[in-house]
Amino acid sequence: MNATIRWFWFASPQTFFPLAGTIARACGWLAVPLAAAGLYVGFFVAPTDAQQGEAYRIIFIHVPAAWMSMFLYVVMAFWAAVGLAFNTRLSAMLASAIAPTGALLTFLALWTGSLWGRPTWGAYWVWDARLTSELILLFLYLGFMALQASIEDPRRADRAGALLAIVGVVNVPVIYYSVQWWNTLHQGASVSLTRAPSMAAAMLAGMLLMALAFWMYGLWASLTRLRCIIRERERA
Amino acid sequence: MTAALRALLWRDLLVALRRPSDVATALLFFVVVASLFPLGTGAGPNLLREVAPGVIWVAALLSSMLSLQRLFAADHADGTLEQLVLGASPLGVAAAAKVLGHWLVSGLPLVAIAPAIALQYDLSPRLYGTLALSLLLGTPVLSLIGAIGAALTLGVRGGGVLLALLVLPLYVPVLILGAGSVAQASAGLAPDAQLELLGALLAVSAAFAPWAVAAALRIAME
Amino acid sequence: MSWGGWSGFWAMGGYGFYVWGAYGVTLAALAIEVWLLRRRAREAQA
Repeated sequence: MNATIRWFWFASPQTFFPLAGTIARACGWLAVPLAAAGLYVGFFVAPTDAQQGEAYRIIFIHVPAAWMSMFLYVVMAFWAAVGLAFNTRLSAMLASAIAPTGALLTFLALWTGSLWGRPTWGAYWVWDARLTSELILLFLYLGFMALQASIEDPRRADRAGALLAIVGVVNVPVIYYSVQWWNTLHQGASVSLTRAPSMAAAMLAGMLLMALAFWMYGLWASLTRLRCIIRERERA
Repeated sequence: MTAALRALLWRDLLVALRRPSDVATALLFFVVVASLFPLGTGAGPNLLREVAPGVIWVAALLSSMLSLQRLFAADHADGTLEQLVLGASPLGVAAAAKVLGHWLVSGLPLVAIAPAIALQYDLSPRLYGTLALSLLLGTPVLSLIGAIGAALTLGVRGGGVLLALLVLPLYVPVLILGAGSVAQASAGLAPDAQLELLGALLAVSAAFAPWAVAAALRIAME
Repeated sequence: MSWGGWSGFWAMGGYGFYVWGAYGVTLAALAIEVWLLRRRAREAQA
């Protein structure tokens, strides 16, 4: 046998099913201590903020939820595109599995952000670029789910949703760069891959731990839902 | 290829002309919606002058969305769409022709009617040019993006409302730029940035949307 | 970071409503999602 990579080895739902279960279980077990550590650092190590007092502690769930909301959409669109390009059922099922968790995290980003905005900006909501584009992201997730729910044939639902997800992915860079492109009320980026962070080390540590915890949770939820979808579809 | 495009376009325009009520209803909707706002918010002239760009643009959005239903439904029902999908000319070209026909009949008239609405809102006449130009650049984008939604929801139950839910979030940048250009001009500043970005949106959507529409039609027709 | 006892912790320097409103809804939402998913997994297995 020559040395070609077996790209499609796990493309079969049956083959991936047990692996998905293993990964999901591992991620689920990792999420809990990560969240515990993150919350401990966030509430018992990180100091009070000079300007915002204790209200800033919402950062430890707001930022991870917002990061995951964007990340999950991109991942969803990626698998949707793979499913369209290679006609693999599993990729499309994974995209469908990610959507509800992504939508929930988008809602939580908006909700926690709103409660953080009231004491710090004086308003529960403003129509600035970042908030508006995150709200649109929520509508895009919900539209994806609604479209798939309203099409009877599963394969057509997969492909139609995939196309919609791909068209909507342009919104994610808009959210991410909105604080650079427009004068927004929302704070600019304090964490960057290229510059030193502009926040206290303990705050950063807590935020990163929570981000990892949310990521593990996102993986657990998506893969668990994927297994449900595989079971439900293979039965029908 | 252009012959096929022209033939398809001509056919769509003829069909629309023979059924003027379909077209007129969407345009009338535009006028009615724009007339509702002053009744709801109170007709203070300063308030109306301020909200005019936004209201006119939202009304244009909604009217465009309503008329999207017609884009593929009739052809889908009588089998013409199947012929187009299987036909010789590239489906993207056919899609572009249909979208162009849709815009000429549902979008372009909005550009012409908008100054009348602006008059109702006592918008300063020096802004009419910017308003018309923003609509001229923006309404084709609405038709192009909307066509993707119309193709995705072809024959799906809950079609109309679902189409709105899918398409309105994608319309938001056009709305912000279009209404923003007029608001900018009314503040005495040049609306160049918004209009140029609208032009860019038009260029990008004109280049890519027909192929997305074609892909969506193929998905819908299986 | 010392809170001066539990009362200080819940008060969050006067911002208790906002901080716990945010954390509470987040916890509840995630708990509901976990519960719904596990129930779906059980039913899919049956």
